This record gives sequence, structure tokens and C-alpha cells, in this order.
Amino acid sequence: MSSEWPLWEVFIRGQHGLNHRHVGSLHAPDAEMAILNARDVYTRRNEGVSIWVVRSADIVASAPSDKGPLFDPANAKVYRHPTFFDVPDEVGHM
Amino acid sequence: MGAPASSPAVSAAVAEFALRMGDNCLILGHRNSEWCGHSPALEEDIALANTALDLIGQTQLWLGLACEAEGKGRTPDNLAFLRDVSGYRNLLLVEQPNGDFGRTLMRQYLFDAWHLPLLKALMGSADRRIAEIAEKASKEVAYHLERSADLVVRLGDGTAESHARMQAALDFLWPYTGEMFLADALDEELAATGLAPEPASLKPAWQEHVGRTLADATLKVPEKSFAQKGGRRGVHSEHLGYILAEMQFLQRAYPGASW
Repeated sequence: MSSEWPLWEVFIRGQHGLNHRHVGSLHAPDAEMAILNARDVYTRRNEGVSIWVVRSADIVASAPSDKGPLFDPANAKVYRHPTFFDVPDEVGHM
Repeated sequence: MGAPASSPAVSAAVAEFALRMGDNCLILGHRNSEWCGHSPALEEDIALANTALDLIGQTQLWLGLACEAEGKGRTPDNLAFLRDVSGYRNLLLVEQPNGDFGRTLMRQYLFDAWHLPLLKALMGSADRRIAEIAEKASKEVAYHLERSADLVVRLGDGTAESHARMQAALDFLWPYTGEMFLADALDEELAATGLAPEPASLKPAWQEHVGRTLADATLKVPEKSFAQKGGRRGVHSEHLGYILAEMQFLQRAYPGASW
């Protein structure tokens, strides 16, 4: 039965103010059932205040074979990290 | 208000009422738990197990109240595991065999559509303990009803196969729904003292919800109006004995065993 249902990716917001985080996936016949199933499968231990679901088929992902061109160029550019500033003590924790 | 809240007569009425509420939750929760690991999809398996756990949690509250009100030093575990069939006060509806998944869902729906308006009414009970349990349980049961109604519509208005199964489930279970609205002397006493609503007062809301849902599900309401009854005075179908045999075996064979 579940093999006939499309796959959905589930995102849960754990607390107000935090981002939705990907928690896993599940099968459901449509969006409404996907929300109910997500509630039952992923929020049993009081994990969430909000649920997003999106069809897995609608997610566009980068290809692992593109890893080099996509990510390697950033490796050699340390100046993109804000590590060259002296933070005055009065600023405190950042 | 009749007798003061502390009178023995009121305490006995509260204890008996709490038994009825708790036994419905316990037996339906146990029935649902029988599906654990057997549901048609992982998502449904977890959802049904959640419902079962909600109901067992509510059982602890209601049977806890029954113990407190009767004042005989018994615990909810004593009540659940050491009473025989004739001591159980649940509706016949909830002890009916699971059948196929469609019948299990239909039974859940017919119960939920009654359970939620009952709990809403109990939130105004003259007994604060009853009102508090009802408020806590009503949030869980609102979700049970949303889910079971949704699935009844989907399966009723689904394929020819699912439609036939849901109609067969409805026809089988319908005679067990009338018992929810019948009143006995205890119900009259509870209503007169403001502890619980008259059973018949819940019927319009139930009929409205069920009528709407079954129409959406393209299912035909059976015309039979004969009601199977007896659960609330301990007269049960043969199925309850088998449930208790499984549920109570450990405590009967090894009294006091714990982990």
C-alpha cells in the first residue's frame, strides 16, 4: 500500500524563533495526510511547534558529481571568514 | 445540585461513572494496540499506536478517579487487571473484534464522534476532578476525531474495494451505537446532580457529525435502529473475555509481578 503513496520530506520547527529542520521522510497520499502522519511519526516526544511537508519529488538537489566545482573553490578563500577583526572586550559574546 | 460533593452516594456515583469512562478507554485502547506491527503502512501503525497510548493514558486518569472516589484502597492496576468480565462497564462497541483495518477505523470514528462531545460537556461537570480529566483528554480526542473522520471519508469515497469494506464495517457496527445514548438510573442521577450530561443530549451532535461524515464518505446509514446493550451493567459479548484473558494473564498467573 505505502509503495503507491508518494514520499514527503518533513521539516519541524522545534521552538518559536528557530528554523524548520529536516527530520526525515514518510509516505502519504496527499499533503493533508502527510501533515497528520508527520505529527504522529515525528512529534511524539513534544518535538515541534510547526510542521512543513514537501513532496520529495519537488526537491531539486545538487548532484554529488558536482561537488568539486560547487564547493572546492570556497576552500582557498579564508578571507570570507570574519577572522581578521579584533573584537573589543566591551562587545562581549558574539 | 443534589447531595453535597462529599456524600457517600455522590462518591459511589462518581466512582461508577469513572469506571464507565475508564473501561471504554481501556478496552478500545487495547483493541487498537492489537494492530501494533500489523497495520497496512508504517505511518498508520504509529498513528494507531499513538491513539492506543492516548486512550490508555486516559484510562489511568479515569480509573484513578474511580479508586479515589470508592475509597477502598484499590489502584487503577487492580481495576484493570483483576476484574472479571461482569465487572467491566464499557460499551459493547469498543470490545468488538478489530476485523479489517476499515472496521477498526469505523469503530474508532463512531466512538470518537461521541467521545468528544461527551468530554466537552464533562468540562462543565460539578465535580472538578471530572472536569479536569475531560479537559486534558478532549485535546487528544479532538485529534483522534479529526483523523478517524478523515480516514472514513477517504476510504468510503475511495476505491470500490475500500467503499465495500467501509459499508460492511458500518453495517456491522451500527447496532452497537445506540447504547451510547441510553440512560439508566445512574445516568439520571449524574445528570440531576450536574456531574455528567444526559446521554441522550449528546445524540444531536453525534448524528450531525456522523451524518455529514458518512455522506462525504458516500456511505449509507443503516436503517436498523435496534440497539445492542448491556455493557454498562456488565453484560458483555463473548469477545471481552478473550480480551481480558490476554490483557490480564500476567497478573493472574504471577500476582503482583512488576518490572
